[in-house]
Order: sequence, then structure tokens, then C-alpha cells
Amino acid sequence: MIKFRCVSKRFGATRALDQFSLDVPGGLVYGLIGPNGAGKTTAMSILATLQLPDAGNVAVDGRDVAGEQGEVRGMIGYMPDFFGVYDGLRTSEYLEFFAAAYHVPSGRRPSLVKDLLELVNLPDKGDSYVDSLSRGMKQRLALARCLVHDPKVLILDEPASGLDPRARAELKEIIRHLKQLNKTVLISSHILPELAEICDEMAIMDRGRLVACGTVPEITAVSRSVKQIRVEVLDRAEEMAAYLASLSGVKGVRVDGNVITFYLSRERAGQAELLQEMIRDGWSVLEFGEIRRNLEEAFIAATDGEVEKVAGN
Amino acid sequence: MQEINPVLLKELKQRFRTGKTSWLLALYLLAIGTFVLGFMYLNWRSSPGMYQPSRSRELFIVLSAAQLILLAFVTPGMTAGVISGERERQTLSVLLTTRLTPWQIIWSKLVSSSAFVVLLVISTLPLYSIVFIYGGVSPGQIMGLFGFYLVTMFLFGCIGVVCSSFFKRTGVSTVTAYGLAFALSAGTGFLAVFLEELERFQRSEVMTPGFVDGVIELLQNINPVFVMMRVFGERGIDTGINFGIPYWAVFTAFYLVAGFLMLAWSARLLSPGKRRSIK
Repeated sequence: MIKFRCVSKRFGATRALDQFSLDVPGGLVYGLIGPNGAGKTTAMSILATLQLPDAGNVAVDGRDVAGEQGEVRGMIGYMPDFFGVYDGLRTSEYLEFFAAAYHVPSGRRPSLVKDLLELVNLPDKGDSYVDSLSRGMKQRLALARCLVHDPKVLILDEPASGLDPRARAELKEIIRHLKQLNKTVLISSHILPELAEICDEMAIMDRGRLVACGTVPEITAVSRSVKQIRVEVLDRAEEMAAYLASLSGVKGVRVDGNVITFYLSRERAGQAELLQEMIRDGWSVLEFGEIRRNLEEAFIAATDGEVEKVAGN
Repeated sequence: MQEINPVLLKELKQRFRTGKTSWLLALYLLAIGTFVLGFMYLNWRSSPGMYQPSRSRELFIVLSAAQLILLAFVTPGMTAGVISGERERQTLSVLLTTRLTPWQIIWSKLVSSSAFVVLLVISTLPLYSIVFIYGGVSPGQIMGLFGFYLVTMFLFGCIGVVCSSFFKRTGVSTVTAYGLAFALSAGTGFLAVFLEELERFQRSEVMTPGFVDGVIELLQNINPVFVMMRVFGERGIDTGINFGIPYWAVFTAFYLVAGFLMLAWSARLLSPGKRRSIK
């Protein structure tokens, strides 16, 4: 349904996307995960026809987003990471305005607005002014706005940011419902567990590149198998770092004074074995422990930015 | 039946449903009305018990000039935030992903913002009727004046729109729009007078009009103050240049062409790849 092919985009000296390629199958809820600055928003804004790529191409259902903008806009519903609402408009007027902007026939609009407000759990807010709604309600209204023209694809950029737990749960429920309606949902977040519950598949991005893609269990399994370890030694930290780097399952070794951090792809027993090896080999270890990190950061660090196709899609 | 552009409909709804609009209109009429009645009162005080009809024309000119100054302030101010305001409210990116073209968005923003200014001008018509009571001004001149206002408002509005599309912040856009409107309203007039003075120094005897005379003629044809005075039947600077079309046609053509070029540029600035910032 959505295809990115070797897409690159620069903003001055910043490389936002670097040969980014991704296939998103139709009818799935697909997560796009990565730290801030990974290129998620740029990828989504290109898909939403708001930016043109410097190189490569992007297509939605076979339509090129750069060359067939009108057709693509008819097929997508876009919710940016930050969005505002118009003052002095009622909720129903807000949706009717966007329905008209998407050329929905005027006769269909009243019933459409009613259905959409019910879908997003705002059935009694039709006469409320948009600017009087809570953030969670505005978020749901924005989701309803994305659906006024019945698009095949929904592009949701960090839709859960700034929401309280209850609003997040409501949003997830609506997204699940959209999946049942056979919509393709591309949803981004910088927190992997946030999307793990609702996504069928996901891709991890870092520095404008695709790091990994696959099903949620596969991605989370790889992420959880990687631990970041912190070791403090009495002396010879540099030598210790070189020693660690030579071991299997160890990546991303860094030295800061007498403290060494690295990623270890071993189970908990493997951690104990490593500590035993270090003591046995005569290193003066003062502290040895795991640092709690985000799963996606661990994944990115563990793969050293190399593309890792976890699943076969 | 052709449906009204949704942006235009929304903007009109938002603008005209608030009490602020009525208050602004009332204040505008109060300011202009106080000005007119004050002028009449001062006339009456200078010769109590009688009103000199010959001063109607003077009143007409003063009223029109006051209205032109107000338009020069209100119009760019109304349009200088139409796009940058959307950007600041973070609603522009969503609007640009709809089926509306940048041109439709720009055009409807201009029309909806100008609609309020047009309403301000039309609502002052009853004040002009005071002038008619005592004569001195023809209906043709009134119509010419209102036509002049519309064309002037169009370009001033376009200046605001193009600044709003170019600059990210409404504050910068507004200041620049006022600067450009001032340059057009006063700068062209000062330049025309300055060039005329220079010419007069260098001109020893009667000569055929040259390039500088053509520039002076063009400047006074595009300067709103000069044009308004010519609508009242006053003579401008005598350059001896004739463009082959009346002064008002030069004025109208220049303002419309410049305005449409600005709108086209604004629409281009909103197109993907040309966009400065969508947020």
C-alpha cells in the first residue's frame, strides 16, 4: 500500500532521510519508531504530500506522491505531531469544513459528521466549540477529521504524545477499530512499548535510515535480548575496553574515565559469566550492572545502524 | 450549483459571528462620523447659523483622505496574518493535505479578510450622503472613489497575503506589509515630487517630455493619493506625458496585475518543495 524507495531528504546540512526504503502492506497498523530526529516526521510529511523528496520516490497504492498529489490526498488522512484547531468553530462545523475541503457532497455531510463523532466517542460534542475541548478530545476530533473522506491510509504522527493514560487507551481503541475497517494505519512514536500493543508490524528508524522492520514480537524479542552494561574498574579502563570489544556479543564499547559502557547480547546467565571471566582474568571490577534503556535505543545501538530485516517482508 | 469555497465560508463564519466584528464596525463609524460632524461643527462655529455649501467638497475630500489612511492601516493588518497565522496555530499542514489547491486557499483568505474592510467602507456610505445634501460632488465622483477604494484595498490586501506567505511570523509579516504599503502610498508620491523638482531645476526652457517625465507620470498614476485627488478633479503634476489610456486605467491595471502576481507567488510559496515551513 505504501512504498518508500531510496528516499533522501536534506534540510540544509541536516540529512533527514538517507536512502530510506520501506514497504507497508495494506490493512495493517504499522508502527514507525525511532528517537527524536530519526526522520519519522519527514517521512510522514513526504507521504502526506507536504514535502518533496530530494531523491527516490514514494507511492501510495501505486500513485506517486510527488506527481499525483491530488489523487494521493484523496487516499490519505494525515494527523501531524503538532496541530491546532480553529477558534470560533463548533465541532460539527469543523468536520463539515474538512469534508467540504475534501469535496464530500454536501448532502452526505450531516450524517457523516454524526457517524464520525460517534466513532471517536464525541457524540454529544457536536455543538461544542473546538477550542473548548480537552487535549484528548481534540486528538480524537483530529482523528475523525482524518476520516471525513474515507481514506485508505491514515498517517498518524506521534498521536499519543501529551495524552494522559486514559486518553491513550481511548486512542488505541479507536485505532484498533480502524484496523477492523481495513484501513492502513502508519503510526509513529519514539517509544516502542507504546506502539507494541496496537501495531501488527513496525519499523525502527535512526538518523534517516531504516534500522529494522518486522512483526512486533520479533522486534521486541531482539530489543529485549540486548542489555546495556555499565562497568566501573579501579584502573586500566582503556585496556579493559579493548578486551571487552574482542568478546562475542559485545558492541558499542565506550570509555568515560574509569567507567565503561557497552551493549551485550546475552541472557542474564551470560552477564554472570562475563563478570566471572573479568574477575578471573584479573581485572579490578568495582561495579557491574545493567542500565535500563528504551528498547528501541538498545536495538539501534545493538545493530550499529545496520539494516536488520527481522521479518521477511 | 457551485459550492462556496469552504475556506471562505469558514473564515466568514469565524469572522462575522463574533461580537468583536460589530464593535469594530461601530468604532470605525464612530471615528469617521465624529470626524465629519466635528468638521461641520467647526464650519458652523466660524459662521453661526449658516452652512456654506461650497465647503461640502472640502468635507468630501477630507473624509475620503481620512478613509484612505484608515484603509492603508486596516487592510494590510487584516491580511498580514492569514497564512502565517495558520502556521502559528499549526493548522496549515492539515489544510494543505486537503483537496484544496494553494491558489484556492490564498484567494479565499484574501476575499474573506477583505470582506470586512469592504463592509467598513460600504457602511460609511450614509456619511457621504451628508455631502450630497449641500451638493458640490457628483455621483460619478462617489462611484469613482469607491472603485478606487476597492482597487487599492485589493493591492494592499495582496501585499499582506504575500508577506504572510513569505514570513513565518505574523509580527514580521505585518511590519513588512505596512512598510510596503507606506512605500506605495507615500514613497511613490514623494519620489514623483522629488523628480519633478529635479527636472524643474535642470529644465531651462520648454522641452519635449523625456524618460524622467514618463517615470513621474507613472509614479503619480500608481500613487493612491495622487489618483484620489484626480478622482476629485484636481490636477496632478503636469508632465506632458500621455500613456494613451486614462490615469485610472493605468492605476487599475498596475494594481490588479501587481496584486495577481503577488497572489500567484503566495500560492507558489505554499506548494510542496517551495514551502518555507509548514508548522
